[in-house]
Amino acid sequence: MAVALILVLVAIGSVVFHLVSPWWWTPIASNWRYIDSTIIITFWITGAVFVAVVLFMAYCIYRFRHQSDRQAHYEPENKRLEWWLTIVTGLGVAAMLAPGLFVWRQFITVPDDATDIEVFGQQWQWSFRLPGADGRLGTSDTRLISPDNPLGLNKDDPKSHDDVVIEGGELHLPVGKPVKALLRSADVLHDFYVPEFRAKMDMVPGQISYIWFTPTRTGEYEILCAELCGVGHPQMRGKVIVQEASDYQAWLQDQASRNFARLVPAAN
Amino acid sequence: MVDMPLGPAGVGVPADVEDVELYHPHSWVTKYVFSQDAKVIAIQYSFVALSVGLIALVLSWLMRLQLGFPGVFSFIDANAYYQFITMHGMMMVVYVLTALFLGGFGNYLIPLMVGARDMVFPYVNMLSFWVYLLAVLVLVGSFFAPGGPTGAGWTLYPPQAILSGTPGGQEWGIIMMLVSLMIFIIGFTMGGLNYVVTVLQARARGMTLMRMPLTVWGIFTASFMALLAFPALFVGAVMMLFDRIFGTSFFMPAIVEMGQPLERNGGSPLLFQHLFWFFGHPEVYIVALPAFGIVSDLISTHARRNIFGYRMMVWALLAIGALSFVVWAHHMYVSGMNPYFGFFFATTTLIIAVPTAIKVYNWILTLWRGNIHLTVPMLFALAFIVTFVNGGLTGLFLGNVVVDVPLSDTMFVVAHFHMVMGVAPILVIFGAIYHWYPKVTGRMLDDTLGKIHFWVTFLGAYAIFFPMHYLGLMGIPRRYYELGEMAFVPPSAHTLNAFITIVALIVGATQLVFVFNLFWSLRHGRPSGGNPWRATTLEWQTPETPPPHGNWGKDLPVVYRWAYDYSVPGADQDFLPQNQPGITRAAPGSLHG
Amino acid sequence: MASILLFLGLLAVVAAWWLARQGLASKPWLEHGATGALPEADPIPPSKIGLGIFLAVVGSLFALFISAYAMRMQLPDWRDVPIPGILWLNTAMLALSSLALHGAGTAAGRDDLPGLRVGLLAAGISALAFLSGQLLAWRQLTGEGYLLAANPANAFFYVLTGVHGLHLLGGLVALGRTIERSWRETATRSLRLSVELCATYWHFLFLAWLVFLSVLTGWAGDFVDICRQLLT
Repeated sequence: MAVALILVLVAIGSVVFHLVSPWWWTPIASNWRYIDSTIIITFWITGAVFVAVVLFMAYCIYRFRHQSDRQAHYEPENKRLEWWLTIVTGLGVAAMLAPGLFVWRQFITVPDDATDIEVFGQQWQWSFRLPGADGRLGTSDTRLISPDNPLGLNKDDPKSHDDVVIEGGELHLPVGKPVKALLRSADVLHDFYVPEFRAKMDMVPGQISYIWFTPTRTGEYEILCAELCGVGHPQMRGKVIVQEASDYQAWLQDQASRNFARLVPAAN
Repeated sequence: MVDMPLGPAGVGVPADVEDVELYHPHSWVTKYVFSQDAKVIAIQYSFVALSVGLIALVLSWLMRLQLGFPGVFSFIDANAYYQFITMHGMMMVVYVLTALFLGGFGNYLIPLMVGARDMVFPYVNMLSFWVYLLAVLVLVGSFFAPGGPTGAGWTLYPPQAILSGTPGGQEWGIIMMLVSLMIFIIGFTMGGLNYVVTVLQARARGMTLMRMPLTVWGIFTASFMALLAFPALFVGAVMMLFDRIFGTSFFMPAIVEMGQPLERNGGSPLLFQHLFWFFGHPEVYIVALPAFGIVSDLISTHARRNIFGYRMMVWALLAIGALSFVVWAHHMYVSGMNPYFGFFFATTTLIIAVPTAIKVYNWILTLWRGNIHLTVPMLFALAFIVTFVNGGLTGLFLGNVVVDVPLSDTMFVVAHFHMVMGVAPILVIFGAIYHWYPKVTGRMLDDTLGKIHFWVTFLGAYAIFFPMHYLGLMGIPRRYYELGEMAFVPPSAHTLNAFITIVALIVGATQLVFVFNLFWSLRHGRPSGGNPWRATTLEWQTPETPPPHGNWGKDLPVVYRWAYDYSVPGADQDFLPQNQPGITRAAPGSLHG
Repeated sequence: MASILLFLGLLAVVAAWWLARQGLASKPWLEHGATGALPEADPIPPSKIGLGIFLAVVGSLFALFISAYAMRMQLPDWRDVPIPGILWLNTAMLALSSLALHGAGTAAGRDDLPGLRVGLLAAGISALAFLSGQLLAWRQLTGEGYLLAANPANAFFYVLTGVHGLHLLGGLVALGRTIERSWRETATRSLRLSVELCATYWHFLFLAWLVFLSVLTGWAGDFVDICRQLLT
């Protein structure tokens, strides 16, 4: 009796916790509302299954508890019931998988009008590179990294000349414009993660990975590293500031001129 | 298929395996130390694995202290924290769970349950344990090496694992870890060959595959998987050792570390991840399948009812085993691999949910119309179902590629895998120990202490890991030494962290009750007799308890029925041992199926 | 990971074939009493099954190395290693070794003890010749500047040949013990099983070496490319 009751409490308690606990995802600030919806679908299906299984167990434990005159029912299997359960499970799984794959397709298909930006990770700081007036990023190579070329830009590539490099600073993005973030690392694995954007992807030294998203809400958000990258892992923080397009342009101009000012003495 | 030779009165003639001289050891050393008796080896394995488990438990306390009360314990610095999480993870997954289920339960139960005198290669079996012990010593030894153990996380991802920004990366830690793993794999292969070949070759007369208890099926399938999956870790470890010691570039791309370019070029960190998870995912099922098998037998015995849908259970076990080799990259959805792999691996991963769900249904349908004795082993088995279903269902979040994106590398993952492959299998281990302790020692474990241990462990573990999912959902990443200031994290989350730590301390301390019970009952436990649970399987039918070397005395048992003849209509007691020839049961026509 | 999946696929076929004969669809609760399957009247010795499974494990290890090789070689810094000519001689030595053990096996069947001893010795000597040849190949390559850490192709060459060589060394221990016993025993009967096990091990080693050689020379890669073209 007590065991059955406690199991019922575990099931109900879990649901109540889910409903009333103050711990929930941060308000979304990107276009990945679909991901949230998929999670909600999954919560409903899995929650129903969990509660059903535990309550059924609790009922069995109470109803079929040991009594001296009781004999268990002898029934090796019940093919119909088992197939029926298999099919229902299959349908439930499909109901979660189908929207998941559908959204994944969107997640990896970058829209044509997305702007390339670069996020660069090293132990333990974030740097960024934004395309200048030509709207395109130049090529780069880890082996070109040096004190006056911290991101290893290929200076022979004309597209790199107007790139705006922000070393260890804040990333600014215009609201409402799709962005394709090219992810690069100089040393170990890092992971570009902004909880409000929902998107996340590892940065692997030796290759360039990507994610895309459209910021939908202005504001300041934290960038966290989500892949263990050594003892400084938790200190590897950055900031992304989503602004109206006009504010963003003003900021970009300012950065470009600073970059230029820094580059000119180096060119001499 | 051959008909069994019949003796007088329709009784089968036992298989002729001689009671060889080997089974009568002459000295204390050959009996208890360098023993070739699978049961002694099982106890040695279990003792070492449980000791490693206690070390891992203390490590988890230390890391929880840091997470719950950051900054209070000054001796836990970032280096130490990462060393603790790494060693905790690797110890639990490989050196505790794998060793305990296969080396411990496998060694004890396989020969007894299939009616053999011993493993087929007893000498190799003995070596397996000593090699395992060497692996453990190397691993624990890394705590005392210069620079301490590695802090690369149990996944040991390069390049980080062998660079100086990681504890032990440029010192002894990572080398000792890799060497220890390689030794473990060699030792396991020796044991694994025994487990598999014994099931294949040494079954008693009449023990068809479909008459084997699900425990044997689970351990057999898991051993086979482990034999084929561990080489992937071995290959990864060899290549990483070369990268670390000889400066090759298997996994090392061009790297500029802290401003200094390294002499490496062109390697692929993702290659290691593929190798690691090619081992790592089957490893999850290597731990889970024996637990599935054992829990099936616990539920059936203590509910006095045959396991429901035995055939489906066997097929599901085999299906899970096979499928688990084609899902590995679901650990790598956000690793930067080709994103189109996501479609394939999400599909295979969610397909595996179907046979797994079938197993859950059959466990709870075994309870239905049973005659449930709420003994301590049964309580653990029931708690296993709750935690396994919980952890399995959150696996559907993480397996579904796009849902994984926001959740991966957060505390949600930590909560998920602890629930599904930490808490759930450990509950089975406890249940199994309470269940088989009488066979091993001839005495029962104390019931009251067992119930205290059970309730605190089950409810405590649930209270630790269930709320933890929500920290991850909020976006708190895993493997953070300290959260520091995070704008999106409310103060209440820190309170929750402190709560989790306190519960973890309590649950951990309660394990001492269990350890005490193990030793106390050795002397003072109630004598159990040979078959205290009135179970059908062969290990309970040995002529002596605890069974001596050679198990069966003069004649090997002969098997006349499957392992689940509980509450057969018309029988004079509610269980029919597998080796009981009498046919007192209803006509098959009255049965379903 | 194609090669390991292929290898495991083959194993899965074998396992499925075997399981299909074990009555997995039978209803064990209906079969009771004295009928039921038994291990066959003349069972295969456990050590043969054990060796078979061990070779499956080693095969899985080798297949994984080849998988890693195939993935790593696609990266741009890969520079092929020239195959030292002595490898062809070594291949012949290993073939000879394998053949000699096969001969020893048949000699054991004929109860021909001297033939058995000669076969075993020849196998041992040619296996040692193979190993020394491999060492010469290493020396030649390092002498020409193909150092371990200089390029992943070099590193894989040393690792693959090294793993194969270690595997052979392990076999030589077993072979040595069998040779020693063949001089003590007076009849072939008690040796037959050991010789058969050694022969199986050696055939596997030879096969594995051929696969490695085809990978190292690039023939395997060419073959896969041709298959791919045929399929598309």
